[in-house]
Amino acid sequence: MLTKNDILSTIEMIDQQHLDIRTITMGISLTDCADASAARACDKIYDKITRYAKNLVSVGEQIEVEFGIPIVNKRISVTPIALVAAASETADYVPFCKALDRAAKECGVDYLGGFSALVQKGMTKADEKLIRSIPEALASTDVVCSSVNVGSTKAGINMDAVRLMGRVIRETAERTNGAGCCKLVVFCNAVEDNPFMAGAFHGVGEPEKVINVGVSGPGVVHHALQSVKGAPFDVVAETIKRTAFRITRVGQLVALEASKRLDTPFGIVDLSLAPTPAVGDSVARILEEMGLETCGTHGTTAALALLNDAVKKGGVMASSSVGGLSGAFIPVSEDEGMIAAAKAGVLTLEKLEAMTCVCSVGLDMIAVPGDTSAETISAIIADEAAIGMVNSKTTAVRVLPAIGKTIGDTVEMGGLMGSAPVMPVHTASSAAFIARGGRIPAPMQSLKN
Amino acid sequence: MNAIVTVIGENRVGIIAAISMRLAGFGVDILDVSQTILNGSFTMVMVVNLEGASASFAEIRDALTELGRERALSIRIQRQEIFEAMHTV
Repeated sequence: MLTKNDILSTIEMIDQQHLDIRTITMGISLTDCADASAARACDKIYDKITRYAKNLVSVGEQIEVEFGIPIVNKRISVTPIALVAAASETADYVPFCKALDRAAKECGVDYLGGFSALVQKGMTKADEKLIRSIPEALASTDVVCSSVNVGSTKAGINMDAVRLMGRVIRETAERTNGAGCCKLVVFCNAVEDNPFMAGAFHGVGEPEKVINVGVSGPGVVHHALQSVKGAPFDVVAETIKRTAFRITRVGQLVALEASKRLDTPFGIVDLSLAPTPAVGDSVARILEEMGLETCGTHGTTAALALLNDAVKKGGVMASSSVGGLSGAFIPVSEDEGMIAAAKAGVLTLEKLEAMTCVCSVGLDMIAVPGDTSAETISAIIADEAAIGMVNSKTTAVRVLPAIGKTIGDTVEMGGLMGSAPVMPVHTASSAAFIARGGRIPAPMQSLKN
Repeated sequence: MNAIVTVIGENRVGIIAAISMRLAGFGVDILDVSQTILNGSFTMVMVVNLEGASASFAEIRDALTELGRERALSIRIQRQEIFEAMHTV
């Protein structure tokens, strides 16, 4: 039986604590769009996406009205395009990206993910063509996101791909004045049902079409922890679990409703704490609420480990199917508290790297000096991929080389992407390390010390 | 389908009457009403049934939002399932 307090607390979470559904993402398989003619393949891709997702935005808006909860983004993920384009006799994959962009705009979605390649063990000709076309593709489209998986626990790390991605990220930054790099992510252990951008793609093990939902709510967790100031960590963990349960139940409800109305199977709810640059919607502020003066100081990794685990434990019972990335996100530019901590010099790249050992994803939305070399970017990717590979978890790198800017400057992206202070990177060269290429072998799965 | 109407704002004469009249105009059945003054604010929670309603959910929502604007109140209507999902196991 609902009480008045229950009802008012839900309204307060939505109104004052930024509770929202971050995204409804429709995954669409494009494997049947492969064609020897690239033009025909692009037409098939456009037709299929616009047919399947034509009601996605309007259904999302109906659900927002009826349940009174904001659904911030409506998105589409598709089969990694390198797999679809491989059948086409062309060296230029940019038209595929343009077809995706047109389809996404026709459907009215915020982003479409899947201009992607999975190259953890090696690159096919199609994978390499796709990767080399990324700078031009992202420079000539608006809402398509690209991702490349360069490593996995089972395959090791493809260091040729890591080397190539350092150059691709630099070139993308140069071609797009940095903006394109917000739409480009390099993964280790990428998941096939992630609803979040820029890394969403529709994996080959997924059905014809599917609805995945990503929840949010750092502000709600922060508010809940304010009521247990000074309490021991067991109380902190229990409080986060209870809050995560409530947040996730809303995600499950919205996912089932969207699935029914779009006649599309429900896939997963991604139990994530996704921050925004708005005050009161920050993961960093949750960590500080636990007793840290500034996010990034000693104790931050432990605080984040507790948060990440408690979110999963609370959320997993609230949904019939959990997947995606499921954990706390720490994108620097998209989190008001992270921005402040980085500007104060407390939150550094090294600390962020340590934090990625215990939470969802990795080095995300971090601006680095404009003169950072491709090899240094590759080395950052290699470090992060190694953490993912050894710890059997997803890690990612989405760095933004700030062309023409240096440490102390700020890059403004606007909207949900926020603003990023340019953070220092090591200037000692990693060039000879990256020049080696080849593959870092998959790690032992026993003798785990 | 049941929905919850919540009204929060400064207490004045005629709030319940105005909202009930507006809902009755759409054929919305009021099942339960609970109202208090909470921290100085008029706070009302209404459970309503929309099965016999003559307008769509969005039209009723818009009419209530408009009424809220006229009377400087925050009025919202949400399907009951969202509250049940969050607060019951």
